[in-house]
Amino acid sequence: MYRLPDERRRMSALLQARGLSVAYGAAPPVLSHVDFTLSPGEIVTIVGPNGSGKSTLLRALLGMIPGVQGSVTRAAGLRVGYVPQKLHLDPNMPLPVSRFLRLERKLSRDEIATLLMRTGAQGLEARELSTLSGGQFQRVLLARALAGDPQLLVLDEPTQGLDQPGTAAFYRLIEEVRREIGCAVLSVSHDLHVVMSASDRVVCLNGHVCCEGTPSVVSNAPEYRALFGLGTGGALALYQHHHDHGMDHPDHPHDHETCTHDH
Amino acid sequence: MIIDDFVLRALAAGLLVALATGPLGCFVVWRRMAYFGDATAHASILGVALSLGFGVSLFAGTLATALAMALLVSALAGRGWALDTTLGVMAHAALALGLVAVSFLHGVRVDLNAFLFGDILTVRGTDLWVMAGGALAVCGLMLWRWEALLTATISEDLARSLGLNPDRERLILTLALALVVAVALKVVGALLIGALLVIPPAAARNFARTPEQMALVSVALAAISVVLGLGASLTLDTPAGPSIVVAASALFALSVITGAVKKGGR
Repeated sequence: MYRLPDERRRMSALLQARGLSVAYGAAPPVLSHVDFTLSPGEIVTIVGPNGSGKSTLLRALLGMIPGVQGSVTRAAGLRVGYVPQKLHLDPNMPLPVSRFLRLERKLSRDEIATLLMRTGAQGLEARELSTLSGGQFQRVLLARALAGDPQLLVLDEPTQGLDQPGTAAFYRLIEEVRREIGCAVLSVSHDLHVVMSASDRVVCLNGHVCCEGTPSVVSNAPEYRALFGLGTGGALALYQHHHDHGMDHPDHPHDHETCTHDH
Repeated sequence: MIIDDFVLRALAAGLLVALATGPLGCFVVWRRMAYFGDATAHASILGVALSLGFGVSLFAGTLATALAMALLVSALAGRGWALDTTLGVMAHAALALGLVAVSFLHGVRVDLNAFLFGDILTVRGTDLWVMAGGALAVCGLMLWRWEALLTATISEDLARSLGLNPDRERLILTLALALVVAVALKVVGALLIGALLVIPPAAARNFARTPEQMALVSVALAAISVVLGLGASLTLDTPAGPSIVVAASALFALSVITGAVKKGGR
């Protein structure tokens, strides 16, 4: 049976939002009329200033909070590995890494060792979560997210509190993991510089989708510059080789690459 | 030596309470709900006044007011009220209101001390059955929801991403707390229930390496406190409820010292 390319893309999408608006209580909506599609294997980064609704979009897409308008659809039986923004762990809870990885999941000792090895956190099984460094902690969170063999890895500001080398190393690790298991990666960041090098597509958010496209398109968009200032121009040179990334995916064109939204 | 029936009943009542407060107290500590526990417990005095005034069972009356208080505080916290201040207001208001309400009960002579500090040596056989039901219900809830409660305590976002509903887990804890208050009122009294929820888990923290160990050690330490406190009460003629709490506090102090020595030795 013949299907239009656009329809085929929709059928195979992991996540899709149509006209999604989200509000907390009676307050004005945090997000309004957001359209969003995530295809298998795609790396998409949502960027935006504080309070722009990045985390809210992530939660709504995963069904953690309801929308007030529009629709969210997820592929049937979608396996999601979620890396939360941060944990407010009370130091009075004795929680070794191995027990944390086994939350709501049955894992053997070997499986735990393999997961920790894969994220560069080998040998931390018996350490208490509250005694880990920032970098080790993120690697353990990532290991837990990988435990269910996810089709989609979701990261909410994963490098908060990491220094620059730590951030770079963590993103390299995510790229590595993605190459290995071929999952899609959806992350949220307020730091476009580091994320850009790995992303197929960047969605710039400020209550609504300001602009969307390959990293180069977004970083040159006037909407993006209005939000983040002009200081990004020079740093982008580092990532020139990714500018034609869209060519690698002829079957899902970036239909939002021109930014027409008015501010 | 012949042990009197009332001592055995007191012991059984104390051990039942230890069984329920151990695991629940861990969540009270992990979620920093100590004040929440106090507010719920204090509300039970109002429940005592209402039960005696309307002639309904004490267990039902205290359970109902404790549950109402716990739900009210939960709802206020959900609306973004500053929890610490709100709880402070509610805890003291409930206690004062209860004491005033008790003073209106003319026909009945009420031994207020028994409700404030417990009266474990007067536990009757029928009390024991009700307490057993309540304590086992709390244990059942804890066992049934353990993994979900633990996950929601560690991170609500993580719990949601795994398809759990943290609001429901919070409601389960609220219900368990109200049950524990109703069960423990006779044993340590409204003013000291909070102590039994917090002190054994705080002591257990120094020996436990996993959340499950902490819950089990809490039950064990609470049980030892009950035995020591009852023993002291019988031999030294001290009040039983406060003696149990003193024993628990002594175990806590010991655990801190042992913990410090272990750390220093490493």
